[in-house]
Amino acid sequence: MTWVIFALLFWLAAWAVNVRLSHTALVKSKLGKLVVPAIFGITLLVVWEGLVRGLNVPGVILPPPSAIGARIVQELPTLWADFRQTFVKGALSGYVMGCGAAFLTAIAIDRSPFLQRGLLPVGNFVAALPIVGIAPILVMWFGFDWQSKAAVVVVMVFFPVLVNTVSGLAASDQMQRDLMATYSASYWQTLLKLRLPAAMPFIFNGLKIATTLALIGAIVAEFFGSPIVGMGFRITAEVGRLGLDMVWSEIAVAALAGSAFYGVVALIEKRMTFWHPSQRN
Amino acid sequence: MNRFLPILTVLLVIVALWYAGAVKLNAAWVYDQAARDGGAVSFGQLVSGTLNQDRPVLPTPHQVVTELVKSTFGMAITSKKSLVYHGWVTISATLLGFVIGTTAGVLLAVGIIHNKAMDLSVMPWAIASQTIPILAIAPMIIVVLNSMGIQGLVPKAIISAFLSFFPVLVGMVKGLRSPDQMQLDLLSTYNASRSAVFWKLRLPSSMPYLFTSLKVGIAASLVGAIVGELPTGAVAGLGARLLSGSYYGQTVQIWAALFAAALVAAVLVAVVGAIERRTLKRMGMVR
Repeated sequence: MTWVIFALLFWLAAWAVNVRLSHTALVKSKLGKLVVPAIFGITLLVVWEGLVRGLNVPGVILPPPSAIGARIVQELPTLWADFRQTFVKGALSGYVMGCGAAFLTAIAIDRSPFLQRGLLPVGNFVAALPIVGIAPILVMWFGFDWQSKAAVVVVMVFFPVLVNTVSGLAASDQMQRDLMATYSASYWQTLLKLRLPAAMPFIFNGLKIATTLALIGAIVAEFFGSPIVGMGFRITAEVGRLGLDMVWSEIAVAALAGSAFYGVVALIEKRMTFWHPSQRN
Repeated sequence: MNRFLPILTVLLVIVALWYAGAVKLNAAWVYDQAARDGGAVSFGQLVSGTLNQDRPVLPTPHQVVTELVKSTFGMAITSKKSLVYHGWVTISATLLGFVIGTTAGVLLAVGIIHNKAMDLSVMPWAIASQTIPILAIAPMIIVVLNSMGIQGLVPKAIISAFLSFFPVLVGMVKGLRSPDQMQLDLLSTYNASRSAVFWKLRLPSSMPYLFTSLKVGIAASLVGAIVGELPTGAVAGLGARLLSGSYYGQTVQIWAALFAAALVAAVLVAVVGAIERRTLKRMGMVR
């Protein structure tokens, strides 16, 4: 019971600190923008730990964060092997291939308004479909190893990137294109010097959406069959053995990998589209 | 006509490519059979042999459509082979999860708008959580709830709720903040209370944002429900059809379930879209 009371008291105290902080000038600074959510995150972990210990929740239902942390340290080699199999081999290679293919397709259909009018609605429609469902088929075609996972990722990231790139290529205004025409710029010059840079914010939007999809695709595809390594495999296998602390470790790794992946793409975006209003402050 | 011709062309090209792909991918089996009989295969035999196999590598469109029609209309809807039965299982989990997720998302958004501390502490985590592959925890939720004695609809609905929660939260926060300073100032000159500002200004002007995120949310809910059906071992639902199809090599069944899922997604999004158009029209927001 002391654990529960401690957790609740900690929660109230942290909340009071956050309320206090949010009314000071500190939150305007960069530091304050980090401190307040950090306190909230730590509070969540403490409350979780306190409730699980205080109410004696069995480890097969919800392990406390400390047990998960201990498991992560203990199983580091396994987690690293799973991470390499699922993220580096499956998600990353599929992401590069899928985004590359979508980008090239967008450039290819850019010259034909007819194809654009036809492909865009179809692409928009497909982007809203539960494409994960294609995983069992691709696992049948490409086998259990990472190739089938990469294939699922390619299909999943293709349409969001395609749709965003095509709408990005249409983003430069008529005035700017007319200016390029007065310079007698060729199609490729206009594309490289005006339209692609103008499309960058849209393309990066697609690329950012695709990061999450890539990881989801790679993990879910492993539910349909995989070699005995990989994050999705480990999750299903450990769920079956009720090793929930291991499952949570994998989830923590997946969450870290997903956020880092997104963060890297967002950082590249910041570097490349520094001129865009949304990046200036 | 100007709009439909390009779409129709693209769809025809896709179907043509699909048939060509089916001939190529299924050819190995035909050659195999012919080699066993000791005969050569002419092109006509190759095509006819590849388009109507029982367990093709890639089923042809007409096989998929036949299976789809057969298992939708040709069975009693209580039968375990009926796609209507499986579809309904999935749709009910989707809708329940969607309602839970949307309600939670809207309520939290209201809290975030009115409490600065909550905004500063919850919002960064809500945005960060979008980058996490939440779908990966689906099997765990199912099994844990199962061990607590909760089965059937609710676990899947929780996964759906999880997935539809974040788009709605982010969209709704954006929407409730969308009234500009001028409008807020006007209401403060009327000495309007906070709740009056909320009901008369913030909520109405958030509607376009709400509906945009509802469309994303319901598609995500469906994905959640389908994936939620996988770890329970193929009991019922479209996800179960996918899984049992992949266990027994029934490719036609997988494709039919996939198309059924696509149709359900399209219908759900279209329904939300129709409600959106009517609501916004009644509110005078359609330009």
